[in-house]
Amino acid sequence: MKIRVHVSLKPGVLDPQGRAVHHALEGLGFEGVEDVRVGRLIELEVADSTSDDALSEMCEKLLANTVIENYRIEKVA
Amino acid sequence: MAFRAAVITFPGSNCDRDMAVAIERVSGITPMRVWHGDAHLPEDLDFIALPGGFSYGDYLRSGAMAANSPIMRSVARRAERGVPVLGVCNGFQVLTEAGLLPGALMRNASQHFICRTVDLTVENSQSLFTGGYDSGQTIRIPVAHHDGNYFADEDTLDRIEGEGRVAFRYVENCNGSRRGIAGVLNAAGNVLGMMPHPERAVDPAHGGTDGLALFENAVKSLVEA
Repeated sequence: MKIRVHVSLKPGVLDPQGRAVHHALEGLGFEGVEDVRVGRLIELEVADSTSDDALSEMCEKLLANTVIENYRIEKVA
Repeated sequence: MAFRAAVITFPGSNCDRDMAVAIERVSGITPMRVWHGDAHLPEDLDFIALPGGFSYGDYLRSGAMAANSPIMRSVARRAERGVPVLGVCNGFQVLTEAGLLPGALMRNASQHFICRTVDLTVENSQSLFTGGYDSGQTIRIPVAHHDGNYFADEDTLDRIEGEGRVAFRYVENCNGSRRGIAGVLNAAGNVLGMMPHPERAVDPAHGGTDGLALFENAVKSLVEA
């Protein structure tokens, strides 16, 4: 089973990388970009028997730092 | 009983030797050097140091991989029993990732790696680590980091400030840290994490010796115990 874990900074946490990318996009002449936030996509290949609880635990313990990040688990067929 | 200290080395640590030299300078005793793959620490350790560097290449997040290495379970157990633990720079990142200290260290607000000597205010001079300083004293200690931007939510910040757990604050906020926080203590006061490098300010040849009092106070009290 293929899993995608989307990790993103929590709302309210300043994102210096996003701000730099935003600035660079404006520098390239793209208009109307109002905000940029940089996250992380982690793809996992796991046994079909892997439980939702186990997947959540992987995120809580390692894949995301829940002090600053949210995560979303997506099952890809 | 002889003083026993350990400096933990992860793959990518690069301040472990400096840390060991600083501890030896004030204690007269050479600390053990412990490799991350060792799952066990001696039972009678008096002091544990997590040095700076780029453990595991800072993969995923700075300190995230090291925080989950086997040795950290042993470090956490010692910390719970009250053994003093000092984490500097990457060591601070490891301690927050391991949940031994609150908050997280994010990319510097400027996006730049910062490597220079900065002024710090000693906020709490009552801890094992900071008892050699006066509250409000300004000390000069080098910083060298890319991810030193301390973040915690407002409730956590209010709590740790109220409990006197902010050990050091930047005089000029060099990295965007919330409330200028440079070093944090745990609730019991036996775990300190800080981004600046006190072990790089223990010899006149370093350009300053303001870090010496931290090691002297923490280590000497244990040597004499």
